[in-house]
Amino acid sequence: MPQNEYIEQHIKQHGRRLDHEERQRKRIAREGHKIAKDAQNLKGWRGKQFAQKRYKEKVAMKKKIRAHQESKVKGPSEPVENNDEALPTYLLDRQQTNTAKAISSSIKQKRLEKADKFSVPLPKVRGISEEEMFKVIKTGSKKSKAWKRMITKHTFVGEGFTRRPVKMERIIRPSALRQKKANVTHPELGVTVFLPILSVKKNPQSPMYTQMGVLTKGTIIEVNVSELGMVTAGGKVVWGKYAQITNEPDRDGCVNAVLLV
Amino acid sequence: MATVIPPQSKKAKRLAQQEREVDLIPADLPNVLIKFQASDSGENLGNSIRVPGGITEAQLEQLLNQLLGESDEPVPYSFSLLKDNTKGDLVDIKDNLYNSVLKPEIKTTEDVLTLVYTPRAIFKVRPVTRSSASIAGHGSTILCTQFAPHTSSLMVTGAGDSTARIWDCDTSTPKHILQGHTNWVLCVQWCPNGEVIATGSMDNTIRLWDQKGKAIGDALRGHGKWITSLAWEPLHLVKPGNAPRLASASKDGSVKIWDTASRTVLMTLNGHLSSVSCVKWGGEGFIYSGSHDKTIRVWDARDGKCVNILKSHAHWVNHLSLSTDYALRRGAFDHTGVAPASPEEAQKKALALYEKVAKVNGKIEERLISASDDFTMYLWSPLKTTKPVLRMTGHQKLVNHVQFSPDGRYIVSASFDNSIKLWDGRTGTFISTFRGHVAAVYQTAWSSDCRLLVSCSKDTTLKVWDVKTRKLSVDLPGHQDEVYSVDWSNDGKRVASGGKDKHVRLWTH
Repeated sequence: MPQNEYIEQHIKQHGRRLDHEERQRKRIAREGHKIAKDAQNLKGWRGKQFAQKRYKEKVAMKKKIRAHQESKVKGPSEPVENNDEALPTYLLDRQQTNTAKAISSSIKQKRLEKADKFSVPLPKVRGISEEEMFKVIKTGSKKSKAWKRMITKHTFVGEGFTRRPVKMERIIRPSALRQKKANVTHPELGVTVFLPILSVKKNPQSPMYTQMGVLTKGTIIEVNVSELGMVTAGGKVVWGKYAQITNEPDRDGCVNAVLLV
Repeated sequence: MATVIPPQSKKAKRLAQQEREVDLIPADLPNVLIKFQASDSGENLGNSIRVPGGITEAQLEQLLNQLLGESDEPVPYSFSLLKDNTKGDLVDIKDNLYNSVLKPEIKTTEDVLTLVYTPRAIFKVRPVTRSSASIAGHGSTILCTQFAPHTSSLMVTGAGDSTARIWDCDTSTPKHILQGHTNWVLCVQWCPNGEVIATGSMDNTIRLWDQKGKAIGDALRGHGKWITSLAWEPLHLVKPGNAPRLASASKDGSVKIWDTASRTVLMTLNGHLSSVSCVKWGGEGFIYSGSHDKTIRVWDARDGKCVNILKSHAHWVNHLSLSTDYALRRGAFDHTGVAPASPEEAQKKALALYEKVAKVNGKIEERLISASDDFTMYLWSPLKTTKPVLRMTGHQKLVNHVQFSPDGRYIVSASFDNSIKLWDGRTGTFISTFRGHVAAVYQTAWSSDCRLLVSCSKDTTLKVWDVKTRKLSVDLPGHQDEVYSVDWSNDGKRVASGGKDKHVRLWTH
């Protein structure tokens, strides 16, 4: 188990508190009351956010109710305009696992067009100074030593990474700023999928940042596209693909990237 | 600078050093007594003959052709040794007698060896190696493909754009568009006389079309849910002059038998508790249907009574195949595609072609294989017993498609675990696994000479496999997306495939 998942570890070792289910049930039961109170009392920006969220929920609910009602209506069947993909009989009753499968065929189309391999969507980035990147941490009982640094940007830390002992660790990558997944957009289709990051391939600022896995705007990362079910023209499964980060993760709190095809 | 060849791996070096067995036939091998026996009629041919112990397959073939008096037009045969007269166990003879029988000590040189001979197809199908055409036309995913029984120049496909299309494969152009369905066309089936095409659709109807693409009447309505599978009545059971009947299976759990001339329902076979996934019309007048309720039902086609219920599977039955499937599909046409002169002659020829495949040791024996979601298959002999002959395990995910080879000697199964497995068609024993696909394998198709088979897969490729060497013969990339359906024409000239990329592809040698 990774180092910082102490809550999950505690639950695994000792279980939940005995009245957990009861509390959960009560919280759900009171949810309506809480929403009503929020709807009346929230003001300003938070009020707007709340109203927007509530509106979306209500639209979804109404759509669902309408769909249920339509399924009960009897009558002559009209020619069906089926927008989703047709399936052969042997796949009709099965659950489809792949979600963004549409991407795959388009990527192959794109490859046919032989796009320039080495151009990236963001060719230039703003330089980041060391002062901005690192925060100096004072150590020692008198706080007189200043050899420790903390990265102020979001980072990617590989699976199963364990921190070094405190007195050895020169550079700290804060666990709150670590990212495991990225919102990757396919440039042709405009489909966005939340994919796990495999590694940081190149940070344009400095090779040292590449090594530390710093995620800044313009960084090339490798993402795991296996769940998209992409296949090469020769019939091999595509696993990892490169993507370039398009936002500044430390401003947004998330990583947005565009797939390089 | 010359390129330096990379050093051999450790494993390769070790293999090169190891002692290898040399296939040499000892010089002092005595003569042995052999006897020939026909595999279909079970009759012995003449008395025993004394031959050298190291006789090869080609020499055996020459000898047999001479004995049968066919030496001016020799027929290729394959030989197998009858291990035990009472049980009927067979051992295939590869290259020569010494290596396959005497060396493994199955029999000694003292015994009289009974060799069972089976004629192989006279013609040879060449493996398809290239995509000769990629034809656009369908507006949506292609769901099913089938060649005409009489010629490889006509092919029909059904697709998600509510149409079926007939293609001219000689010029690789679209010929006719069959419009009428209001939803996806899920299955197409060409009548074994080559004149009528039946299409089943998601809109719960079946439509009939003639070869020119003209609709024969309106839709056949009656099913409550979509049509999953269609099967025509075998041609040798149809009285000359009558139109063959059609069986249709549906998601609503019923099988209906239609009179295609008067276009009415003759019988509705109720009994399945869930969706019927596959229906087959056997050559002895029985209808077999496999269902998601885990059972296979055998129906009498004359009165529609349920004769047997075959229960053994633990999950959905996905697909069925009969050992005579290929013969029944071809009707009266052999690989030359010459049409018989009259309906009577057609019936006679269809019967002859059917019996050639169905007869084992002089008796008609129809075997059934069922593939299931429980990862296993069962081999049945439904005319004899309701107990399965053998349970065939080995796949690690659900088995989607099974098929008997045209001569009934092999079974091939395609599974979602990316593998294809080859089984013995008589006993059901495992022979070999074909690995190579990197995603679920959807369907397979045999070449008419049983030497090759082609498979289509989710990984966008088709692969041609050689049954004799049990290896990949040709890899056929080309489709842009999943390939849902594949078919090999009767004369072996072409393979057609279609799938999610909306293009029909034709493959030739």
